[in-house]
Amino acid sequence: MSEQRMDWTSHPAHVYPDYKSTVLRGPTKPLVAIDHTLSELTGPVYGHDSIGPLDDDLTKNGMRNGEPLGERIIVTGRVVDENDRPQPNTLIEIWQANAAGRYIHEVDQHDAPIDPNFLGAGRCVTDDTGRYRYTTIKPGAYPWGNHDNAWRPNHIHLSLFGPSFTSRLVTQMYFPGDPLLDLDPIFHGTPEGARDRLISSFAIDVTEPLFALGYAFDIVLRGPNATPVED
Amino acid sequence: MARRFQTPSQTVGPFFAYGLVPEQYGYRFTSIADHAVAAPTTEGDQIRIIGQVFDGEGTPIPDALLEFWQANAHGRYNHPADDRKDNLLDPDFKGFGRIGTGTSAEASFQIDTVKPGAVDDRQAPHINMVVLMRGMLTHAFTRIYFSDEATLNAADPVLAQVPEDRRATLIAKRDEALSGSVYRFDIHMQGERETVFFDI
Ligand SMILES: [Fe+3]
Repeated sequence: MSEQRMDWTSHPAHVYPDYKSTVLRGPTKPLVAIDHTLSELTGPVYGHDSIGPLDDDLTKNGMRNGEPLGERIIVTGRVVDENDRPQPNTLIEIWQANAAGRYIHEVDQHDAPIDPNFLGAGRCVTDDTGRYRYTTIKPGAYPWGNHDNAWRPNHIHLSLFGPSFTSRLVTQMYFPGDPLLDLDPIFHGTPEGARDRLISSFAIDVTEPLFALGYAFDIVLRGPNATPVED
Repeated sequence: MARRFQTPSQTVGPFFAYGLVPEQYGYRFTSIADHAVAAPTTEGDQIRIIGQVFDGEGTPIPDALLEFWQANAHGRYNHPADDRKDNLLDPDFKGFGRIGTGTSAEASFQIDTVKPGAVDDRQAPHINMVVLMRGMLTHAFTRIYFSDEATLNAADPVLAQVPEDRRATLIAKRDEALSGSVYRFDIHMQGERETVFFDI
């Protein structure tokens, strides 16, 4: 029985030397291909019962004494599989830097201000049509130690389980027109033809007057029985 | 039907803790899962698995995120695709756990769970794992088997697909020096003892 494997035309290789940390951390021996069993075809299920009322509004869920600073944005899109089938009741976990490019994480030593009213973590769940939506603050760029004068483009981290263990996805959503994308080894670790799928698009129809800019970003998960592709 | 292409994986980065395992790290946000894969009341043999994740130089990695997915003591997964009525479902047991390696001095992890039952007529008891960290652009899949299941391990069809000299990397060793059912499972990202990772 031939079964589909990880799609390495979509996903980055484990070792990509321009992203220096991969050199000692990425597996180097060949992956062992195994036939799927129930262990691969099942996976953790998290849906509507796993989120709280403010989880999908990162402009509110970290408030202590006022509004968080920065540009409010609304991000929406559909979670589908490779056959464009909607993935309803699917949890998306979200985390990001604040408008100044600073994470609340204790390890983040970047000398930019913490926003006392912004946590930068949230969750949302897709509806019956696979659509999700959350409100947040546009994250700032931040420096990192990979190489001289290295800066991460603006990005939001996302985590999804999908319908089975094989569909696990942790990714990052970028913003259109960001000049740092061309210089970013994490973005560039992605196969060239697949990179654009990581960039959201500005959407005036999602934008809310006098409130927030809108961005659209569809997330395509590996389906359980995706047909092999020829292009 | 319209053909769509998969959204590429990107690294979980160094700053995932407050989003994915906030309670473990002391952030003001709820966790959907933690080191307690099973509760003390969950049916089955209570076990603990401890270990570390090592990089290519043998240094323990303090910013890895590990995820665990397993069947219950009857070998049944809490998921609609596992509809085998003969294996009892325990609705209180989700079977998923998650832990970061950043809250212990030795960059170790520890999960508390029950030993999974054999999943089907052929597979030995095992726990499925996802390994993520800063420095991995795409996560890796592996499995934990148990050293005290030698007979079942020898007949396991997945272990059979692993080169014989690498099988030991997938077997958690029962630690007789510690009280209770404690197993040690270290993950080596590279080197002679590189853990077997699966292409699924
Ligand atoms: Fe980041």
